[in-house]
Amino acid sequence: MGVENPVPELLHEYLPIAVFFAIAVGLAIAMVSASLLLGNQRPDDEKMTAYECGFDAFDDSRRQFDVRFYLVAILFIIFDLEVAFLFPWAVSLGGIGVFGFWSMMLFLAVLTIGFVYEWKKGALEWE
Amino acid sequence: MFAFQMADIMPALPEIFLAGIALVLVLVAAYGGETPRSARRVTRIAMGGILITLALVVNGDPLASRAFGGMFSADSFAIYMKVLVLLGTFAALGMSLRSDGDSDINKPEYSLLVLLALVGMMLMISADNLMALYMGVELQSLPLYVVAAMRTNSLRSSEAGLKYFLLGALSSGMLLYGASLVYGVAGTTDFAGIAEAISGRDMPTVFIIGMVFMISGLAFKVSAAPFHMWTPDVYEGSPTLVTALFAIAPKVAAISLLLRLSYGAFGSIADQWQQVLIALSVGSMVIGALGAIMQTDIKRMMAYSSIAHMGYALAGLAAGTVAGVTGVMIYMTGYVFMGAGTFAIILLMRRDGAEATRITDLQGLSRTHPLLALGLLVMMFSMAGIPPLAGFFGKWYVFLAAVEAGLVPLAVIGVVMSVIGAFYYLRIIRLMYFEDTDSPLDSKIPMANRVVLGASLAVILLFFAGIAGLLAAADSAAVALIVLG
Repeated sequence: MGVENPVPELLHEYLPIAVFFAIAVGLAIAMVSASLLLGNQRPDDEKMTAYECGFDAFDDSRRQFDVRFYLVAILFIIFDLEVAFLFPWAVSLGGIGVFGFWSMMLFLAVLTIGFVYEWKKGALEWE
Repeated sequence: MFAFQMADIMPALPEIFLAGIALVLVLVAAYGGETPRSARRVTRIAMGGILITLALVVNGDPLASRAFGGMFSADSFAIYMKVLVLLGTFAALGMSLRSDGDSDINKPEYSLLVLLALVGMMLMISADNLMALYMGVELQSLPLYVVAAMRTNSLRSSEAGLKYFLLGALSSGMLLYGASLVYGVAGTTDFAGIAEAISGRDMPTVFIIGMVFMISGLAFKVSAAPFHMWTPDVYEGSPTLVTALFAIAPKVAAISLLLRLSYGAFGSIADQWQQVLIALSVGSMVIGALGAIMQTDIKRMMAYSSIAHMGYALAGLAAGTVAGVTGVMIYMTGYVFMGAGTFAIILLMRRDGAEATRITDLQGLSRTHPLLALGLLVMMFSMAGIPPLAGFFGKWYVFLAAVEAGLVPLAVIGVVMSVIGAFYYLRIIRLMYFEDTDSPLDSKIPMANRVVLGASLAVILLFFAGIAGLLAAADSAAVALIVLG
């Protein structure tokens, strides 16, 4: 390789991210501190409670809930990722050729086997 | 564009085959139900797959070894280490095949996950690129986190799995961070490319930091001190079959990866990583030797023993020479068989069907099970490094390489620590031969344990006879790794 002084070159590509990050942090700090400094602060009991559609809060928001929610969420993520891979693949299919096509088919086949397993094991049934 | 040719994937054929078997077994496990019978069927197919993979690995051509555009390298070093990993995993799976076995392990998913972890280990051994390295490490780790927590109704097992997962995730993070810094400076993820990019120029500090982060991340995986904290808890909490697997196979893969990374990618700056590895080595030898003395549970003791063993192996790695690599390979060969043989006996430590893994449970074993006691005696002597057993040759070549590389203090510390370590190995022998017991262990010895113990004993006892051949094989593999790699 023998790349001469590759560090600044690489970092230049990340400059927009650094700018974006700086703006995001600056904006967040500005909004929070502006409302703290400029707004009237007159807290009372009613204002300090959690707002839950006009009702009193039913109970603590950090209670346990059914592990099946997590299971469904995790199973969803797998197929969400699949779609995230499929879009760029579909767009660039002309460029990546037969090898690219079969690579994705292999990936889909592996995912399908996993899907058959979770279906068969009843992970998709609520009861 | 990457033009696809058959020659590009042929060196990875064993891994591809094994992964294919694993995928088929997913379906077998899904349709076969959860009965112990179905679990045994999956295990048998998995073991058959491992044997075929072993044949494919041995028949691989070490000269045409690059696949996937140089990401994957199946050179003679990889072949040597893969044979060890495959044999170790085969033994561990075989010992899970008992009819009255652990109902938590007797699930089809167990062998399946072990097989997937095995693919990861083989990928780690062959990784020649930062991407392939990370892929291998994660593919090996994720199934192992699950099998550590396989005993779902045991708090200890869940704790072991969670602890292993959290610390494993931390080490992966360190590995990735280090890899990103290394990539940032070198501009390539290829090991050979990194070696080329760094040779003959002053390294910026950030590169050294990245390298140290990567070595630390891998030190977690080989459980070298000061990154060893998870080992005793995970060894103790996991089901014993899983502990046996942990003790035999993954360490070999992680040591191989560490060898390939330090000698391949960072070969030209050996003086920089040498200090790190010396520190890891000394720390592991001291903590392994002293920590084991106070243990009362044999699985915990074996955890500290494996930390100490990794310390000795790292001493050879720190030498930075061909002789050092050869020493590590000989050491790991002995280590796999000592681990398999010892755990073949520890797995038999049951009283009325329940596991009895305190060290004192071995009292009087020489009277109730004379042959088992003799077998454990040989294993313990070998681990303590007493000639002419396998453990002695491993230590000999590792320390020889360290002395030749000018690391005399390291070798001296190593010898002192192995003398201290001999204490707790000999204590087990004392308990077996000079103490008596009223409550003997169960006498049933399954076939698989007999075979594993017999084979390990044969290798350890006859190590001196085959050492010349092993040395020649390891030597040419080391040359392939350093000079050709």
